[in-house]
Amino acid sequence: MADVEVEIRVNGQPRRASVEPRRTLADFLREQCGLTGTHLGCEHGVCGACTVLVDGDAVRSCLVFAVQAEGAEVTTIEGIGAPDELSPVQAAFRDHHGLQCGFCTPGFVVSVTAFLRDHPNPTDDEIRDGLSGNLCRCTGYQGILAAVRAAAAGAQATTG
Amino acid sequence: MVPQMTGPTSAARYAGTRVHRVEDARLLTGYGTFVDDITRPGMLHACFVRSPFPRARIDGVHATEALALDGVHAVFTAADINPEVHELWYSIMGKDIPDTPRPLLAEGEARFVGDPVAIVVAGSRYVAEDAAELVEVDYEPLEPVVDYRSARDASELVHEGYEKNVAGRLRGGNKDLMAEVGPSAAHVVSETIHQQAYVACPMETRGIVAEWSGGEMTIWAGTQAPHEVRAVCSRVLGLPEHRIRVIMRDTGGGFGQKVAPLREDLCVMVAARKVPAALKWIEDRRENLMAAGQARHEHGTASMAFAEDGTILAANIVHTQDVGAYPTPWPVGTAAAVGMIFPGPYRVPQAAWATTSMFSNTAGRIAYRGPWQFETVARELLLDIAARRMDIDPVELRRRNFLAADDLPYAMATGMPLDHISPREVFEHALELLDHDAFREEQAAAREQGRYLGVGTSSYVEPTTSAMGAFGTEGATIRVEPTGKVNVYVAGGSTGNSLETTAVQLTADALGVAIEDVNTIQGDTAVTPFGLGTGGSRSGSMIAGAVGTTARTLRERIIAIAAHKLEAAVEDIELADGRATVRGTPTAGLSIAEIAHTAYFDAASLPPDIEPGLEASGRYRAEAMSIWANATHVCTCEVDVTTGMVTILRYIVSEDCGPMINPNVVEGQIDGGTVQGIGGALYEHLAYDEDGNPIAATFVDYLMPTIAEVPVIEHGHIETPGPGPGGYKGVGEGGAIGAPPAVINAVADALSPFGVTITDLPVTPASIVALLDEVRAS
Ligand code: FES
Ligand code: FES
Repeated sequence: MADVEVEIRVNGQPRRASVEPRRTLADFLREQCGLTGTHLGCEHGVCGACTVLVDGDAVRSCLVFAVQAEGAEVTTIEGIGAPDELSPVQAAFRDHHGLQCGFCTPGFVVSVTAFLRDHPNPTDDEIRDGLSGNLCRCTGYQGILAAVRAAAAGAQATTG
Repeated sequence: MVPQMTGPTSAARYAGTRVHRVEDARLLTGYGTFVDDITRPGMLHACFVRSPFPRARIDGVHATEALALDGVHAVFTAADINPEVHELWYSIMGKDIPDTPRPLLAEGEARFVGDPVAIVVAGSRYVAEDAAELVEVDYEPLEPVVDYRSARDASELVHEGYEKNVAGRLRGGNKDLMAEVGPSAAHVVSETIHQQAYVACPMETRGIVAEWSGGEMTIWAGTQAPHEVRAVCSRVLGLPEHRIRVIMRDTGGGFGQKVAPLREDLCVMVAARKVPAALKWIEDRRENLMAAGQARHEHGTASMAFAEDGTILAANIVHTQDVGAYPTPWPVGTAAAVGMIFPGPYRVPQAAWATTSMFSNTAGRIAYRGPWQFETVARELLLDIAARRMDIDPVELRRRNFLAADDLPYAMATGMPLDHISPREVFEHALELLDHDAFREEQAAAREQGRYLGVGTSSYVEPTTSAMGAFGTEGATIRVEPTGKVNVYVAGGSTGNSLETTAVQLTADALGVAIEDVNTIQGDTAVTPFGLGTGGSRSGSMIAGAVGTTARTLRERIIAIAAHKLEAAVEDIELADGRATVRGTPTAGLSIAEIAHTAYFDAASLPPDIEPGLEASGRYRAEAMSIWANATHVCTCEVDVTTGMVTILRYIVSEDCGPMINPNVVEGQIDGGTVQGIGGALYEHLAYDEDGNPIAATFVDYLMPTIAEVPVIEHGHIETPGPGPGGYKGVGEGGAIGAPPAVINAVADALSPFGVTITDLPVTPASIVALLDEVRAS
């Protein structure tokens, strides 16, 4: 099948490319845009490592074709914070040892960012429910749970 | 709370504290560098053609159609790849072992579903996958040996020359032990315990990029041991080691799976010499669950004889493990650890063991976090079963048998020399954290209301930081740069276990400088000293040794320069907070930056016998054959006796890994291992159907714990310094060893009113319901 022209805004920048219709959004971001922070842990929609925001919604980029994101606004992990300017969620993960190898981490940070926007004051059960679609093999989720609680509490404190 | 067992620990500024990890900023923001993030000019992509049959004769491989596809560069089969292998052995075992077969590509016969038969090279991963589908293989299906338990009697052989499918056997002690001790013992308890196959399953699959250029090989790898990748590459290709450079920065978890380069990795190395550009292979999850090896699949008949009062008189285990078709490395020797550590943290006057490794037409056995953990599973399950039969609380039975401080040093009846451990103390500490008596009351009250709660414990001793062979030393190079900033070079192989932070903390302390002024370089064989990386819970102690040894030389030089320039005696110089000062006159001093400047830029003003520059390399040799760590896990749960659902209520780990370099890292290692063990006890099963087809090759079928299932883990730390630098012990594997039996024992305790005995893992809702149906029927 012939390649298709797409234009997608990625982290605020317009990106134009010609892609095979079967190319996933994840591969488009990693290979065409060089944004390798989006990771692939399963490529079948279960692990959540590839999570990005598409028009604000947390989406598994391994399950979406690049052409389906035509015209959309995509935010990847690289658009959430920078090494010398961590977002509150990223800082909470660092403070609470919410990551070890860091492979699942971009997916978690993106998912948590969207989750806390929608649930600013979550209970533990809501956190567990909301993040049960992201797998981590290193941390046993202990630091992640603590980080999400802390990020929520921090946001509550600043917004009063 | 940190009860202190012996002596104060070092007054170090960073060791022992929860400093932020230096790895985190890049990993949190998407700027880590994992192997799949590597791109090279003109890079090509590999995809393997894999056998869909558990066992089949390969009569031919036809690549014409695949090669005709636009973008396909090559298709290599066993005939192209296998003859290129000069020698293949792994440093952990050495070359003088009766190693099992390990062809890079299946040759003549495919031996499990997923066995690589050909490697396709194309311009993109998409095209490589398309082409792999077009490769035609003439298979003649053969009767497979699926179940290792009946492999001995199978009419077929997995490998010619291995009679009855036995890969090897070992035994130790008096094989008639139980027959001799049993008749006069008050109680003999014996059960056969089965553990299912489950696996490391790091979130990042395997992967490698190999680039052959100008007679040199450069490899980027996801690995726990870059120097081992280089060593094995050198052996396989017959290339001198110094012509090979292996680089890794971030590796997305390993847990044993990435200790040794496996067949596909080696195949990519060979193929890379036949193609004009770098060759990348990134495994997909299906391949990872099908072909990246299996672990834990074993069973054993565990027996113990007890005196009237519950004192253990003798212990015996007859163990059999599945090693699949192509185990890596040689699996027979490692299995001996199951027998040798079986007595565990108890006084066991007599012990014997036997182990058999069986081939089957399934994925090969590989290392996984605490590869010998079956000793703990079998012993701790058996102790609970025995206690119930003897009508004593399992806690009480253990109390009567734990080794006490007075017993140490203690030689296990199997010959393992124990010391610097605290089995009683960690056990009592864990029970205190739980309030065991209160739990028993709560349990009794719940039972009145028809709710079934249970508590299970599991205690173990674990040999960490082996000094065996190539594991016995570790090197470091430290450079104080001309500005006084410090770089520390160690072999690396960090896969989430924070080796960068560890090296930086230890170096900052050893040189008395600020942690911000230290950087570390790891994972590049071209610049780092040889070392075997992450494995065997060795990194903490060995890096501490390497950094300590090397820093000592540098400290001496720094102090000599300072003494000379400050016109003071060497003994009067103190080094702390980035300054060398004269004792008693703290105003007289020089910063490390000033000393470094002198060392590099003003050699004329150095003391005459002092070498210019501030760089040193050193190599540490492990002080003990191994450093023992120990722990007790305690789990409480509720079991729904209608649905078989298990809900974990509390989970406590009380451990003695000596002083902690970074408590966050220590607890993180314990948490991660523990949750893997919980997964193994309750959810994970790398299952095959009876025809030998893998039925858990996606995350829909291979069920790892999610945040929804895991309890909050509570920690207790006891610190008995070990025989090595800083008293540090290993802690990477223990969680995965201790957890499964604690969980199973809790479930069994909850179900004790029904008289069920659990001997098969995993414990699933279906298996619980079946057990209950069985006892209700009888
Ligand atoms: S890679 Fe997309 S969900 Fe796993
Ligand atoms: S930190 Fe390694 S998988 Fe989550």
